[in-house]
Amino acid sequence: MKEPKIIVCAKQIPDPEAPFSNVSVNVEKKEVVVDAPDVISPYDENALEAAIRIKEEVGGKITVLSMGRKVSDTVLRKTVAAGADALILLEDAAFERLDSRSIAFVLSSAIKKIGEYDLILTGRQAGDWDSGQVGLILAELLGIPSISLARSIKIKDDSVVVEKLVPVGYEVVEAELPALVTVSNEVGELRYVARTKMMALLRRPISIPKWGTKQLELSVEALNPVQLMELCPPPDMRRECVFIEGASSDEKAGKLAAVFKELR
Amino acid sequence: MGDILILVESKGGGLEKMTLELIRGAEGLAKELSTGVSAVVVGADTAPLAESAAAYGLNKVYRLEHTLLQGFQPDAWVGALEWLCKEVSPGIFLISHSFVGREVAPRLAYRLNTEATTDCIGLRIDPADKGLIRTKPIYGGNAVAIVKTEGIPQIVTVRKGIFEPAEPAATRSEVVSMAPPLDESLLRVKSLKTVEQEVVELDKANVVIAGGRGIAEKEDFEVLTDFAKALSKTHGRVLIGCSRPVVDKGWMSSDHQVGLTGSMISPDAYVAIGISGAVQHLVGMIRSKKIIAINTDLGCNMFKVADYGVVGDYKEILPALIKKLEE
Repeated sequence: MKEPKIIVCAKQIPDPEAPFSNVSVNVEKKEVVVDAPDVISPYDENALEAAIRIKEEVGGKITVLSMGRKVSDTVLRKTVAAGADALILLEDAAFERLDSRSIAFVLSSAIKKIGEYDLILTGRQAGDWDSGQVGLILAELLGIPSISLARSIKIKDDSVVVEKLVPVGYEVVEAELPALVTVSNEVGELRYVARTKMMALLRRPISIPKWGTKQLELSVEALNPVQLMELCPPPDMRRECVFIEGASSDEKAGKLAAVFKELR
Repeated sequence: MGDILILVESKGGGLEKMTLELIRGAEGLAKELSTGVSAVVVGADTAPLAESAAAYGLNKVYRLEHTLLQGFQPDAWVGALEWLCKEVSPGIFLISHSFVGREVAPRLAYRLNTEATTDCIGLRIDPADKGLIRTKPIYGGNAVAIVKTEGIPQIVTVRKGIFEPAEPAATRSEVVSMAPPLDESLLRVKSLKTVEQEVVELDKANVVIAGGRGIAEKEDFEVLTDFAKALSKTHGRVLIGCSRPVVDKGWMSSDHQVGLTGSMISPDAYVAIGISGAVQHLVGMIRSKKIIAINTDLGCNMFKVADYGVVGDYKEILPALIKKLEE
């Protein structure tokens, strides 16, 4: 077949692995404040890794789409350094905190503007709201087959063959292209990008189109924000930790063994 | 307003516990709305499961039956449920945040021109407009959002363990057969085969010993296994768990993963080795009765939620500990 055109949807979010002491909730503004740099949502990184592996095997072109109120090309350029061919940022003040349908709608508009595609990959869920809806709704909007929770993805002729996680193990499924697949972490981590390569790429001017409601010819009225009534801090998870001290590992192990004996 | 509908799921031929929890949750909401609770059983042979569900005093149990609904083929299930919702117009549709629910709810909601809220941990009725108010943890559990959405039916998926399971009732439910008009053309994803793998059930363990990003090599899980063996002589069933990075590296299969997208467990003891404690992991094990952390980083999150902590290298502590346990 011809080389597949792959679109990967990647969301920029505050680092979901930031220590919880660096995360606070502004109840009044209904905002989560994360004192940590933004990253690409981890499952979206898995999706990109899956795309790069397909490209290594059968060739193709990878376009990364990232959408938000403000998207940083510094964060997203990592995708190009890792192996994506193009990056398009969907940025508009109206793209802030939209509901899943609206996000999927904006993405579908951008994908229609791109035109040709064979495979769309998204992470199984984003690391901020963990809704796991946008990918599946996007497929519905585009009227293409969707497969969720992939642990491996292969292109075969004009179809995609996916090993999909199921409760008893995995299921091998097939769909005709174009199709959308949501990717789980079992696919594997996004390959390591050397810092020098990243830095070189940051200096090199590459063309990164930015599309907003205007370029996508979207009316703001068609977009619905999440109806957030309240935002609360989480229940306190802290416990009083008894530290087991000792001059040597052996001594600590002895005291720890006593703790286990007490637990019986 | 129409009934509250719940999606019945099965496990080992019987009702999945999460389904019983949904029934209990739905009953509470139905009282506030002065409406009834009905359930839908989907499949190629729905009679046995419908019979089981009928014991719970529901208004109606719909049997949504068709040969294409054999197993779980999402395209067919979504198509059939879309048809049923249009036929019976439920006001609220409660679905478990299960493997099936995660896939069905977003697609079904889209087709019914509404927006689902997934992984809810609380539901109540807005007295003002009778809308369904949903509580949902976000940022892995670092914050709790309270949201509403437009559109009928109001569709949500509910996290496991939020409601107590319902008890059978004195009155039997009316069972109604529904034949959805489905055909092959609906199926756009073809199932080639299912490969069953041995799956560990971490929720059945007395003790879970889990390794994380701090485990240096795949082979080091052997010392965790030795530790588990030593402990299992005295502490019941001891199983090995892990955090997400270990699965990402391909060192362990995902059934071992503890956390938001893995198992959520509450064993007698949880031993976290080299796990810094990202909140997405913590939500999966925070209900453990005792938490014991071994980590080289005194400042890590895991020590903040642990009952006992050892600051040190697992490579030294564990072999010594195994020896002490065997003495």
